Amino acid sequence: MADTPANTDLTPGMQLLDRLDDNKLAPNIMHFGRVLRAAGLPIGPGKIIDATLAVMAVGIQSRSDFYWALHAVFVNRRDQHELFDQAFHIFWKDPKLLERMMGILLPSVDGGEEPAPEEQPLRRLQEALSQQQENESDKEEEQEQEEEIELDAAMTVSERELLQTMDFEEMSADEIEAAKRAISHMRLPITEIPTRRYQASNRQARVDMRATMRAALRSGGDSIPLKHRKRRTRPPPLVILCDISGSMSRYTRMFLHFMHAVTNDRDRVHTFLFGTRLTNVTRYLRNKDIDLAIEQVTDAVEDWSGGTRIGESLSDFNRFWSRRVLGQGAIVILISDGLDRDAGRGLHMEIERLHKSCRRLIWLNPLLRFDGFQPKSQGIQAILPSVDEFRPVHNLSSLEELIGALNRPGGPRKQGVQEWLTEM
Amino acid sequence: MTDNLPSSVDAVVDMLRGGNYVADRSLSTALYLALKLGRPLFLEGEAGVGKTEIGKVLSESLGRRLIRLQCYEGLDVSSAVYEWNYSMQMIDIRIAEAAGQQSRDAITDNIFSEKFLIKRPLLQALEADESGEPPVLLIDELDRTDEPFEAFLLEILSDFQVTIPEIGTVKAAKPPIVIITSNRTREIHDAIKRRCFYFWVDYPNAQRELEILKVKVPDAPEKLTQQVVNFVQHLRSRDLFKLPGVAETIDWTNALIQLDKIDLDPETVNSSLGVLLKYQDDIEKIQGSEAAQILDEVKAGIAAGN
Repeated sequence: MADTPANTDLTPGMQLLDRLDDNKLAPNIMHFGRVLRAAGLPIGPGKIIDATLAVMAVGIQSRSDFYWALHAVFVNRRDQHELFDQAFHIFWKDPKLLERMMGILLPSVDGGEEPAPEEQPLRRLQEALSQQQENESDKEEEQEQEEEIELDAAMTVSERELLQTMDFEEMSADEIEAAKRAISHMRLPITEIPTRRYQASNRQARVDMRATMRAALRSGGDSIPLKHRKRRTRPPPLVILCDISGSMSRYTRMFLHFMHAVTNDRDRVHTFLFGTRLTNVTRYLRNKDIDLAIEQVTDAVEDWSGGTRIGESLSDFNRFWSRRVLGQGAIVILISDGLDRDAGRGLHMEIERLHKSCRRLIWLNPLLRFDGFQPKSQGIQAILPSVDEFRPVHNLSSLEELIGALNRPGGPRKQGVQEWLTEM
Repeated sequence: MTDNLPSSVDAVVDMLRGGNYVADRSLSTALYLALKLGRPLFLEGEAGVGKTEIGKVLSESLGRRLIRLQCYEGLDVSSAVYEWNYSMQMIDIRIAEAAGQQSRDAITDNIFSEKFLIKRPLLQALEADESGEPPVLLIDELDRTDEPFEAFLLEILSDFQVTIPEIGTVKAAKPPIVIITSNRTREIHDAIKRRCFYFWVDYPNAQRELEILKVKVPDAPEKLTQQVVNFVQHLRSRDLFKLPGVAETIDWTNALIQLDKIDLDPETVNSSLGVLLKYQDDIEKIQGSEAAQILDEVKAGIAAGN
């Protein structure tokens, strides 16, 4: 390039120092980078050097060139644009103003970064305190159930066995703890599907020419032993949509634990919660520590235990997320009781679209455990015709059955759906 | 150095314009940086906003070879980087045998030499063309491949070199110009993005879209172009599953010219809506009264503008 600095043997950083010794721009870019980092953008020293180089390349004659040069380096996802834009306008107008603004800005732009180390004990402490309070308020409820449980305990062989069939809704705090432990060990072994990649194999029909040629050379070329390869398999992506409305509230915590276990067990899992609006909580649930993960989820979600607008939420999912997360033939698990505040308005169309864009749609419904369950609600009637599988999910054994079901190859479509459809 | 790279952001704007591409200044800045600092440019955006086109225009205006790697699931080294010509190798071994050649080393050296190497796009991109200039490498729709391939790209994008075990490391004398596009059907790993300049290609605003249409469909009547642009801009503010891109706007204008229209009317809009909207639900929603209403607003808006 014509006008790059002549001293090319220097590292970019040294060149920078060389050229920027006497002006204030480089330190300011650094400060700007640090501000963005504090606001949650992943910006390291390398990026700051890049940004300075970029600014030197475009020059600082035009504010908009300057803006877009920094933008090209610092932003690497579309959702970071807003943050960058705000920070840019504030910082490059009056850096002092920014410091005052950060306090207001920061809570609204949670970048999902790990909390700083010194912050952690505080969070833990708060959590511990809040849990204690919760326990106290729960106590009354527990006491009601205690007698019954004691009786049960006297009669059963194993606590775990009892837990298996007990409804999440009826569990006491201790039992919930035990169930959580059981769930944390659950794995979701979805049948693998063949990909378009190959791996070495001894018995398939495809000849691996490359391996064959290498083997032939190894033996000196007298004979050419054929080597084979077969398609590699891989579990498909998994998308979980979980209803967190009031009617589901007793189950929600359990499902969060379940989703956390699944998310951390395998790659390509996306999790969404919805009540009246849809929230993507994948990033929070990736946190290995379950308590931290759930706390972050709780902070991120604003519509806990409110009403349900399934149609609206699914419509959001279809429009904003389906193309990003269902692209590679995902299995979708919908956890909901199907009770919809909008009485199923627009729901059928959305669920049908969802069904058409995924590999398999499985509906888990805690209401299904009731003997007298009737698909009377309009929400349920709208969803049912479009799902591939319909299963109960209200206790540990139903979760384990689900795992078993996902482990079986394919299985007939419309499992558990047909009998209900005829009743409708 | 016969370097013909543009020397300023304005020069990039002019160059793209010369190649019939109307670009925002923001995009030109990102592209200028990528050219100037020798980094890949990572373009993300909805389908049909002109991401791939940038690579093509760039290669034409700079007079460089365009090497395009279309990504798909399962794309592997043998179809993206290199492959040995096995049948030729086999024949060569047989000939060596027939000639009574015994030395294994000699055979190995021969059959793993460059004459049996089939070069795929990424390896080709590391070679300069006849004029000595590196080519433009367009890695299209990176989101369609899988993570292992992304990881493989890291070596190429940071050092512009490829390691072939039988031969050694091939390194580009001059790094190619790399354009990567993604439709965001999944998130690309940050490690890749970190090495690139990032730009989100958005739908153009009305003024920009008008310029694009004038460049791309020069024989369209002024009035029609204005109506088309305003109509499409209106559509983009609607609640649709897939908003029409620039490519659709251009297609639609071409279609209307083929239909000999000089003025939009509800009937024409209804019958040609399939060029603009690609989902049945969307078409159903807009067709009929909705389309007529948008059209009225558009015409009223243009009348008020005049």
